[in-house]
Amino acid sequence: MSLAGHFSYFATISLMIAGLFIVMARGNLIKKLVGLGIFQTSVYLLYVAPGKLIGGTAPIIQEGFAVYANPLPHVLILTAIVVGVATLALGLALVVRIREAYGSIEEDDILAKDRE
Amino acid sequence: MTLVQQLPVLVAVVPLAAAPVALLLRNRHLAFLVVLAASGFAFGASVLLWQQVAGSGPVSYAIGSWPPPWGIEYRVDRLASFFLVLVSGMAALVLSWGRASLEAEIPAGQHYLFYTLFALCLTGLLGIAVSGDAFNIFVFLEISSLSTYVLIAMGRDRRALAASYNYLIMGTIGATFIVIGIGLLYLMTGTLNLADIAARMPAVEGSRPVLAALAFLTVGLSLKMALFPLHQWLPNAYTHAPSVVSSFLAATATKVSVYVLLRFYFEVFGESQVFDRLPLEQVMLCLALAGMFAASAVAIFQTDLKRLFAYSSVGQMGYIILGLSFDSVTGLTATIVHVFNHAITKGAIFMLLGGVALSMGGVTLPRVQGLARVMPLTAFGLVVCGLSLIGVPGTAGFVSKWYLVKAALEGGQWWLVFLVVGSSLLAVIYVWRVVEAAYFHAPRADLVAAVEAPLSMLVPAGLLVAGTVYFGLETTFTVGSAAEAASVLLGVPR
Repeated sequence: MSLAGHFSYFATISLMIAGLFIVMARGNLIKKLVGLGIFQTSVYLLYVAPGKLIGGTAPIIQEGFAVYANPLPHVLILTAIVVGVATLALGLALVVRIREAYGSIEEDDILAKDRE
Repeated sequence: MTLVQQLPVLVAVVPLAAAPVALLLRNRHLAFLVVLAASGFAFGASVLLWQQVAGSGPVSYAIGSWPPPWGIEYRVDRLASFFLVLVSGMAALVLSWGRASLEAEIPAGQHYLFYTLFALCLTGLLGIAVSGDAFNIFVFLEISSLSTYVLIAMGRDRRALAASYNYLIMGTIGATFIVIGIGLLYLMTGTLNLADIAARMPAVEGSRPVLAALAFLTVGLSLKMALFPLHQWLPNAYTHAPSVVSSFLAATATKVSVYVLLRFYFEVFGESQVFDRLPLEQVMLCLALAGMFAASAVAIFQTDLKRLFAYSSVGQMGYIILGLSFDSVTGLTATIVHVFNHAITKGAIFMLLGGVALSMGGVTLPRVQGLARVMPLTAFGLVVCGLSLIGVPGTAGFVSKWYLVKAALEGGQWWLVFLVVGSSLLAVIYVWRVVEAAYFHAPRADLVAAVEAPLSMLVPAGLLVAGTVYFGLETTFTVGSAAEAASVLLGVPR
């Protein structure tokens, strides 16, 4: 249970919390998306890091290699990255449309304009 | 392999293939026909699958002939086939209803895009129901969510954009929580196939990462199904989305998340872990009750009818989750039956409101005054559906509340009966506000000339209204399927 042994988990959780905090604390729509991006990216690390074994090779059976890394998390995360990119692109497109419609990308301004 | 054996995959692949076809045709009439045909096919396939599962047990399909658990498995059992029939049936009905409403609410140049996204959303929802692979479920969930965000943003009002953005943020946080949960499960069991995870669960039962996975999945799915207090995205999204989108989402989107929750709770984690190791029984009970009362109370004060019924949806989600928290066959039956009954009732209400929006130009309470005079059929339909929301005997809503009350009495929680009845009284108030405006006021001077919605809209909506009465009297399909699905989930032989 050493700090070094769990380094990837500490990094993952820190990123996760930082991302989620930005989404909740920031009123700027672009900054919210940045936070969302960090939050999603931290999950990639959660999947990929445990798949790596120190000294492990690509899972191709060959003499002299006994330890293999697990390739499945990488494949899963490729899909998750595509989903993340699509979400970010859609979010940014919505922000562009919001900016055209409201003339602002600050959450407070938009709420104030809706109340009028 | 015959075509019938391919049905589990075709049910999701045909709408998926319809999406790019509709996009490339760039013609709203052809796109409509293609997507309607795909939804019709999905409905036919779902009914066939339902019959097949009822006759000869669960159907398993190995994608690319890779046997599970190595390949992705599509698995259709009683619960899945029930949800398939619900989602694809509602899609076909909403689509055939929505043309006139769409003409009025979305610029003609965007119609083929609308149909494309509708097909994608349907693919996602059906895919969630058939998939037996945890990560595959997440991907389908995101397909349906991403297309839903765009569909909502197509609303006329600029507030639709803000609603869509908020839903995107909340929905993505929810989806990411779900992936974290699935990731932790994968780390602990080394597999993604739901049945395989369940088989390996005893070895890691009660360990901290597994309980964390359970918590992450619960929060993520609660966000997606708008369980109080994670419902903030729902009222704005339903209010500002185009009528077609509101009708479809109200009937299907949140319901499918309930399905995923049921799968994870009762098949993957097992009830002993969900309800004994974590106090989820009490948590779900409290949230359900809070939702039933708070959301229904907020609904009373709304003047926009779409928003009023959106809050009512949050309240009705409380009943659905209340049934789940009993952890008994009767309780789960109530949950599954109410998912179906609420879907057809709310689908009908939003369809009728779409007709009102078309004829009267809006659905705020001052505007719909005298609705019964200018649109008598629509007003009558709204009353019938309102009675079903309240749970009056003879309507579908009564059947689900009857099973809820039965489950509460079986569990010895008789005080819950009073709470269920009490929250139904709140529904009486908000439904009465609609009835009062519709029947006891004269129409506004400029709206006296408004006419009944076109027949192409009245017929599908009328079918659903008739459904709310039919399924209130004849419960073989709903309660029969739900009770069997519930006993399979809980592993109780019938």
